[in-house]
Amino acid sequence: MTPLVQMDDIHLAFGGIKAVDGASLDLHEGEVVGLLGHNGAGKSTLIKVLSGAYRADSGEIRVRGESAQIASPRDARRYGIETIYQTLALADNLDAAANIFLGRELLTRWGTLDDAAMEAATREVMGRLNPHFRRFKEPVRALSGGQRQSVAIARAIHFDARILIMDEPTAALGPAETRQVGELVLQLKQQGIGIFLISHDIHDVFDLADRISVMKNGKLVGTARVADITKDEALGMIILGKCPPGAVPGPGAMT
Amino acid sequence: MSATATRGIGGSSGAALRALEVDPRLVGMLAALLVIWVGFDLLSGGAFLTPRNLWNLSVQTASIAVMACGMVLVIVTRNIDLSVGAILGVTGMVIGVLQARLLPEILGLENPFTWIIAVFAAVLVGGAIGMLQGALIAWLAIPSFIVTLGGLLVWRGAAWWVTQGQTVAPMDMRFRRLGGGIEGAIGATASWIIGGLACAAILAALFASRRRRIGFGFPVRPAWAEATVAVLAVGAVLSAVLVANSYPLPVGIARRLVEQSGGTWVAGTFIAHGLAIPVLVAVGVGIVITLLSLRTRFGRAVFAIGGNPEAAELSGINTRRTIMLVFALMGALCGIAACISTARLNAATNAAGSLDELYVIAAAVIGGTSLAGGAGTVAGAMLGALVMQSLQSGMVLLGVDAPMQNIVVGLVLVLAVWLDTVYRRRIR
Repeated sequence: MTPLVQMDDIHLAFGGIKAVDGASLDLHEGEVVGLLGHNGAGKSTLIKVLSGAYRADSGEIRVRGESAQIASPRDARRYGIETIYQTLALADNLDAAANIFLGRELLTRWGTLDDAAMEAATREVMGRLNPHFRRFKEPVRALSGGQRQSVAIARAIHFDARILIMDEPTAALGPAETRQVGELVLQLKQQGIGIFLISHDIHDVFDLADRISVMKNGKLVGTARVADITKDEALGMIILGKCPPGAVPGPGAMT
Repeated sequence: MSATATRGIGGSSGAALRALEVDPRLVGMLAALLVIWVGFDLLSGGAFLTPRNLWNLSVQTASIAVMACGMVLVIVTRNIDLSVGAILGVTGMVIGVLQARLLPEILGLENPFTWIIAVFAAVLVGGAIGMLQGALIAWLAIPSFIVTLGGLLVWRGAAWWVTQGQTVAPMDMRFRRLGGGIEGAIGATASWIIGGLACAAILAALFASRRRRIGFGFPVRPAWAEATVAVLAVGAVLSAVLVANSYPLPVGIARRLVEQSGGTWVAGTFIAHGLAIPVLVAVGVGIVITLLSLRTRFGRAVFAIGGNPEAAELSGINTRRTIMLVFALMGALCGIAACISTARLNAATNAAGSLDELYVIAAAVIGGTSLAGGAGTVAGAMLGALVMQSLQSGMVLLGVDAPMQNIVVGLVLVLAVWLDTVYRRRIR
């Protein structure tokens, strides 16, 4: 079966620093792939190439087997790629509906903003994610961390994403909210959505992911099915760059 | 519910304000304006709250109010424009030369198209200057403070350069109506018609928005609150018309008008000024920019950039183009303001608009626009312009020295921003 997304031999340097150095990833429908590594390992940078925030120096991205040109976040969205950023990327001064529809607002037939329709859609999608949410008219600055997170998630899933990138989705959340995000990931996976889960915490990822890919110093250490390796072996990949027998080694694997 | 209830301003007045869904800051500004007006009226022995003074006040506010509308958008995107007064100056000189020297040679004196060409040219020149500055800010990432500080010097110099510093006068007769004055008022009947249309539009908009919210099953304001808002808005429009229609034309002019239309002059005949054209222009600009900022994608992008530039960029908004267009719009509004002030003075001088940048920024900031970006309203900025002009005009009426006027205006600016800061901290 053709993978949903393939990133092939991606290179990206900032000045002289090779942030991503020949990394390759793939993701299938209904699959969760955890992307692990220390802070500064290059995982966020690699994923931002896919979401259109950065442009790779070289390498190829294929969506459903066809070569994809992603030069901006707008392009990425056109391929059904949605991203939940670590920083959430919310405009704090706007309300939930304005944030969810930012950059793709619903318009009336006169070309003006259709706030009522956007609020209706927001009530619908937020009702699924966070049934207790009531503060539709307030700027998201006034919301709690969990509520802000659900706004960011709502923005990603409302537009029929096929590929979802979640960058440290639980970093700012308490245990109950973290569990909620976990349930959501499994639910989305069942709908056939492919998910990249980026984290520096392997416990988050091990329970949810089907496979993990580990990065170190901008290079891919290796990729493994979660069932084939232990948490300790995964830690070894992250810390030492040591690829266990159950994993497929990448260019960054310690030899 | 609990969150909104505990956040309250306290007591039943806070609850009432929330039901009205009126911005408490706007109410505060109206209260401040009322205090200023009543205060000056008492101090001047009843000379402030007269139709004549209020009418003049509205005309004097128009030019700054027009520019303040654009400044709100500029400041909302976390930028600043220090060059607006200089852009007004150079645009004023260009259209002055155009209609006093160039167009008469081509079209003849007092051609009916002269004023249209002049206004068009002003918007075009101002817009082009603004767009150039905006492009430098957006694409070359030079801070707007620096670009427009440079612009202040460049365009002020350019204003001098147009005629080597000579004042250009007189302006086209039809053009002069844009500046107010006796020819620049639309008369009593037209004022009532415009007032009536405005009231109808307000009621229709309130009704349509309520019906739409009910259609989607959203909560709406209680009926009494809706009615109060409607009564206040309609009342404000009608009292403005009433005031403008209570200010009579000078006897000599009224007599000439009567005699021109073939009647015989009866002593004591009352012919009203009616609303002034520059005021209508300013209100029109205010409405257009309000709709632009609240009801269009462009406006949403402007506020998103102010709230979180990175998030705006990641949402696929073309932030650079948006910022450039905001500055272009600011420049075009400077062009309109240049028309108003050149017409009012009946001359283009290279000093026109000096220090206007400070009054415009002050008006926006007093009107609740946050210099941190992301927050501000056009209505607030226009009220801010009115507050500033009321202070100045009131002090002139009381015979306060010019240096003292500046001191007071400066202090009020600082005080207003401090109060706003305190307010924002309390609602957190």
